[in-house]
Amino acid sequence: MPISWFLALRFLREGRMQSVLIVAGVSVGVAVMVFLSALIDGLQSSLVAQTLGTQAHVVVRPPDEVARPLRRPEAGVAVAARVEQTAQRARSIVGWQQVVVTLAAMPGVTAVSPVVSGPAVALRGNATRAVVLYGVDPDRFARIYPVRQRMVAGRFDPTSTSCVIGRELAVDLGVVVGDRVRLAPVGGAGDVYLVAGVFDLGNREVNRRWVVVSMRGAQTMLDLVGGVSSVDLRVREIFAADAVAADVTARTGLVADSWMKTNAQLLVALRSQASSSQMIQFFVILAVAMGIASVLVVSVVQKGKEIGILRAMGTARGTVLRVFLLQGALVGLAGSVLGTALGAGLGAGFAAAARNADGSPTFPITVSLALVARSAGVAFLTGVLAATLPARRAARLDPAVAIRNG
Amino acid sequence: MAEPVVLLEGVRKSYGDTVVTEVLKGVDLRVDRGEFAALVGPSGSGKSTLLNLLGLLDRPTSGRLAIAGEDTAGLDDAGLTRLRGHAIGFVFQFHHLLPGLSAAENVMMPMIAREGRTSRAMIPRAVALLDRVGLEGRADARPSALSGGQQQRVAIARALALGPPLVLADEPTGNLDTKTADQIFDVLREFNRELGVAFLIVTHDPRLAARCDRTIDLVDGAIVSDRPRIAEGAAPQR
Ligand SMILES: Nc1ncnc2c1ncn2[C@@H]1O[C@H](COP(=O)(O)OP(=O)(O)OP(=O)(O)O)[C@@H](O)[C@H]1O
Ligand SMILES: [Mg+2]
Repeated sequence: MPISWFLALRFLREGRMQSVLIVAGVSVGVAVMVFLSALIDGLQSSLVAQTLGTQAHVVVRPPDEVARPLRRPEAGVAVAARVEQTAQRARSIVGWQQVVVTLAAMPGVTAVSPVVSGPAVALRGNATRAVVLYGVDPDRFARIYPVRQRMVAGRFDPTSTSCVIGRELAVDLGVVVGDRVRLAPVGGAGDVYLVAGVFDLGNREVNRRWVVVSMRGAQTMLDLVGGVSSVDLRVREIFAADAVAADVTARTGLVADSWMKTNAQLLVALRSQASSSQMIQFFVILAVAMGIASVLVVSVVQKGKEIGILRAMGTARGTVLRVFLLQGALVGLAGSVLGTALGAGLGAGFAAAARNADGSPTFPITVSLALVARSAGVAFLTGVLAATLPARRAARLDPAVAIRNG
Repeated sequence: MAEPVVLLEGVRKSYGDTVVTEVLKGVDLRVDRGEFAALVGPSGSGKSTLLNLLGLLDRPTSGRLAIAGEDTAGLDDAGLTRLRGHAIGFVFQFHHLLPGLSAAENVMMPMIAREGRTSRAMIPRAVALLDRVGLEGRADARPSALSGGQQQRVAIARALALGPPLVLADEPTGNLDTKTADQIFDVLREFNRELGVAFLIVTHDPRLAARCDRTIDLVDGAIVSDRPRIAEGAAPQR
């Protein structure tokens, strides 16, 4: 065994209580880091997943209509005019078939679904509900929303005579699969549709409002024959949705809104959550470093005489330095091993305790290998860095003084 | 005869930057291989200071200092450490054993320092040395489990671990009762006779000084007398 290892291990063993306490301190610090990271990661990915369960990553729609006054102000002529902005009416994306092809070919886009949508009412008996009618291509739609996995009754099979509705709407109207409802445009007569299936997308508002039929059905009802009102996109990298949206606008001249823009507040919340967790971790590391450093500083003072003796017996300055650096590294390493185990255990315990009513975990807490490696690395480095000051002090000790003061 | 183990010429040592105190005021000293010498003198006369210089734990302010034939003026810290490691053994008043190490590990320490690593071959050598100082079967004991005399025996075994030509002992018996002090002195004497190791022993005990072959008297930083012992039987080994 190299001399520095031999002495470092003996010193740690000798100061047993100190060593145990400081390793325990480092472990708790690392456990907090691991647990907090796993918790925040799990929370954030579950929040994002929940949000994106009922939202397309990017929605492409025609540009808003703007009023263009016929009379332009001329120099020297005062014009008294009030520009009345138009109300936005249902409009189609011009040449949408070509747009769909273009979008599907874009890098980073994994699914494209043209949608005909607009307000409508659903009626059955005395019950009337305002809804949003979605006319879709079932297969394309199912690639944007996890609707096929979320059917609670019947099948996801929207046609021009059958519709698929959400759970809350089915309850409101008192219908089950196989019943009939009347779907009508606002102020129109509409048609009778068979309820082919009931879904639960995990969002009450969506379950209450969405009525899905075929594109043709919606086109007829919303007076948009041959057109689509928007195109939904799914992208490969969800946090690149903004960039994809900008790219879409640049290529097609259409308006493209990413989920990140629509949920700006959520993103701000996620970011501040992440940065406050990073700040907590930083201070935990700082506390761990100061703990290790203070224990080693005390140890150097206590061992001044022994260090002098070691030097008198031919131990090199560099060896003394390494002995203390190693102690810091070993404490950091031991603490990180115990700490990651503790943090992972805490995470598992928390996941087991915080369950939904149906027994599924509220959100996943996954302690990834990368997280473990990162925490271990940080603890190890912290140990070494914290040890440098006391180690240099030990190496600089004058053996004659150390022995005389013994 | 080979070169002396210690050669001092006009060695001075002062402390302090603003208020300079000269502790050693021009010391000339030669110690040959196999000598057994006592260094005596009143408290504060500079005995420990001189021993620290000889032990290369400190540097003289001026003068020439050669250990085992090697001039120390040109050596850097690493060079001093190396020379100290192979030429000098230390025994202090307070044994200065490492409390976290067993008796055998303490004895092995100079070997470990020289090799840069531990090795199995060191264990039997350490145990043999402990046997020689009268500590059979105590190789695994912690210093705290040993008596003062036993601790000093371990320290002596450690000083001799690498078979240095010179051992410096600063009041090695200062902390022990008369009977134990005599026994420790006997151990030192044995090593001197059998291995030819030179000893320079600081002591306040005139009885023990009288048992050395040579007595060097340091007063106020200067050697005032240096005389061989009046032989009571065996001739002094000069
Ligand atoms: N590092 C130092 N700085 C300043 N003065 C010192 C230092 N080391 C020793 N001295 C002074 O040098 C003088 C001699 O000290 P030294 O320890 O060599 O005496 P000594 O002969 O060993 O005494 P004792 O018999 O009491 O051990 C003392 O006055 C002491 O105060
Ligand atoms: Mg002294």
